[in-house]
Amino acid sequence: MADTNTFDLRRYLKGGGHSFGVWAALVIVVLFGLMRYDNFGGAYNISSFLNYNAMFIVISVGMCFVILTGGIDLSVGSVAAFTSVVAAYLSPYGIQVALPGAVLAGLAIGGLNAFFVVAMRIPPFIATLATMLGAKGGALVISGAQTIAIDWESNFTKLGMEKAFGLLPWTIVITAVVVVALWIVLEFTSLGRTVLAVGGGEDATMMMGLGVARAKVFVYLLSGGCGGLAGVFLASGFGAGQPLEGVGWELSAIASVVVGGTLLTGGMGSVAATVAGALLLGLVFNILNFENGRGVISLSAYWQMVIRGGFLFAVILLQSQLTTRTRRAAE
Amino acid sequence: MNDLIQMTGIGKSFAGIIALQNTSLAIRPGEVHAIIGQNGAGKSTLIKILTGVYRRDEGEVRMNGKPLAISTPREAQDAGIATIYQELSLVPLRSVTENVVMGYEPRNRLGLIDWKAAHARTREILARFGVKVDVTRQLGSYSTAIQQLVAIARAVSLEAKLVIMDEATSSLDDQEIETLFSVVRNLRESGVAVLYISHFLDELYRICDRVTIMRDGRTVATHDVAQTTKLGLVSEMLGRDAREIQAVGLTALSGGHGQPGEVLLEAQDMRSRTGLRGASVTVRRREIVGLGGLLGSGRTEAARAIFGLDPLTGGRVVHHGGVRIDNPAQAIALGMGFLTEDRKADGIIPHMSVRENISLALLPRLRRLGAVDRARERKLAQHYIDALQIKTAGMEQPIRELSGGNQQKVLLARWLALEPEILILDEPTRGVDVGAKFEIQSIIRKQVAQGLAVLLISSEFEELVEGADRIVVLQDGRSVSELQNPGVTEDALIGAIAHQHERNVA
Repeated sequence: MADTNTFDLRRYLKGGGHSFGVWAALVIVVLFGLMRYDNFGGAYNISSFLNYNAMFIVISVGMCFVILTGGIDLSVGSVAAFTSVVAAYLSPYGIQVALPGAVLAGLAIGGLNAFFVVAMRIPPFIATLATMLGAKGGALVISGAQTIAIDWESNFTKLGMEKAFGLLPWTIVITAVVVVALWIVLEFTSLGRTVLAVGGGEDATMMMGLGVARAKVFVYLLSGGCGGLAGVFLASGFGAGQPLEGVGWELSAIASVVVGGTLLTGGMGSVAATVAGALLLGLVFNILNFENGRGVISLSAYWQMVIRGGFLFAVILLQSQLTTRTRRAAE
Repeated sequence: MNDLIQMTGIGKSFAGIIALQNTSLAIRPGEVHAIIGQNGAGKSTLIKILTGVYRRDEGEVRMNGKPLAISTPREAQDAGIATIYQELSLVPLRSVTENVVMGYEPRNRLGLIDWKAAHARTREILARFGVKVDVTRQLGSYSTAIQQLVAIARAVSLEAKLVIMDEATSSLDDQEIETLFSVVRNLRESGVAVLYISHFLDELYRICDRVTIMRDGRTVATHDVAQTTKLGLVSEMLGRDAREIQAVGLTALSGGHGQPGEVLLEAQDMRSRTGLRGASVTVRRREIVGLGGLLGSGRTEAARAIFGLDPLTGGRVVHHGGVRIDNPAQAIALGMGFLTEDRKADGIIPHMSVRENISLALLPRLRRLGAVDRARERKLAQHYIDALQIKTAGMEQPIRELSGGNQQKVLLARWLALEPEILILDEPTRGVDVGAKFEIQSIIRKQVAQGLAVLLISSEFEELVEGADRIVVLQDGRSVSELQNPGVTEDALIGAIAHQHERNVA
């Protein structure tokens, strides 16, 4: 039967019913922007928007995996700050060294998280709080609390500026590759299924002989690695390693994950919806910038944060309303 | 006698689907009244209407002859209707006293909570039940049984006229059940009515006065328990002829008639920190080995040790391939499966679909080029949904939406999909309705005929006596005797357990 082999869009959408709200909100916000601002849909805005938000998308997707297992990773912001400094120091050797080096540094911190959580059985909240402080301190120590300029002579600068295949900046292409790869891992591999199972019921998963520890180690390594990649993007985007950046990024990432309909208790969620959540939160800033640009109102960054908070609340409210309605309809 | 509660012509439907139709229930003051029926018969819907969780579409509820308008659980509580749920709705981190008086705390002259009076009152009620605990300690530090009694104490403290107990005994051992029953008798004597919901028919005969049978959203009949037979009750619940049921027996199992094959597994003199002190079991192909004994005798612990979940401190478990088993992954690789007792905690993955729940343990074998082979996965899921007659809207339905019996079938499918040689079944039919119980038992029997070996743990003597080919009796973590079917009777099993018990006490 065709049923068993073809990709059933209807079934897919039904299965992802809990994340419908974020897609609806994303469409509405994009349409609003397109109608209200002339340059909103322009190549420049799209490209610079994605370029800037790439680091948030990457850490949100990593965070999504951690949350799916029922854990949390508070260290991602500090990891990004730390690895941006690492990337800046390595930039004279070129992107081929700086990028893997920074990602490795991120993986190392992720590995430390995994060790604490899996081997030492320390609750993820506490373990990653400790590495958050540690990585933050590490970033300040190795940089002397100064921004570390990247080497402008090296090819490191190309990352955010040169277009891959003449289409989009490398940052965006790398982000897209990471997102697609992780989407495949979650949806189509047994490792992904195990990640979901651990969050849904750790004891049951262990009883089935599935690799609970392996899945957990994977998600913390992944989140650390994503933090490292975000650090590279941060350094290239700002032209310098930023030891003071990254504050509160973990909360933005958690917000993106939750807006995307992923349960904070784990077991249910999606990569695509997390990306949509990250885009949505980024778009709110983008739109407020456009609004400021029109000169009618002028909102400070502080007020923008307040508005973003209100918006986040509205989307989650919409989400929970939709979820209860579909659940009622199903009963 | 005037009825305490009178529900007449109750109707309720959800989104067009009728859950209750013209249902009636009358409860007398000071009686223990049972409601029985299969899952989906409408028991819980009826209870939830009585306790204000749902609103009825039609019909009338009267209390002491006066119309009762209840729309929230709080109103029900204030009217004197208290409910003790299967999953306790207490606060484990707070003290026993707080749990008893919460929301109704005694006050002193300053309007502050009078803790001294609260503790005294709690102690006094629990003492009436024959329970002596430190009421200032966290509730969660006590056993489920004590917690349940505390829930009842709360009901008594609120001067409840009717206490509803929903599957109250499902997680208690025999001694705890005995205590609970004496409390129920205590309530009856003081004029409090008890509405008792249970899947265990034996319990009915021990403490209930009358029984109401529900089927397909209606109340079929109400009898004095003394004038019923078990067979009669089952036939009314199922809507089937009593003789037809008698022909197949009370369970769908029949041990002692097969030809066991070669030895698959030998557990010798197992000792562990979980309380095993020398338990030995041998399992052969095509046989059901029962583990008999009281709760706490080491039945589940023995099974866990065999499956490699708890490390042994002595003795050994040898697979016929000559391999020792150290962890579940290895046990599964050697052809073992373990259907656990606690379906919710370590069985189902609630957010996952029926398909995913079936295929989960098999995933490592469903890999093709690193990805899950979805086509094979769907075929497999569909095969088991058909073969085990799992009632579901489709394989993509989340498992949490299925009834208990069907969830259990999905878990059974999960293990059968691994095509195991040995399957450990820990209380496979607990908390499922009579119909599903029959079906699950027939599935097991069919699999055993095809060569499966089963290690069966059951608190229901019937299931063990009729089902097992051999019963290994455990006592305080030791295997003390072995009974061979055919020929085992319930009395013989109880005798074996009790005899050893006396000897150990002496």
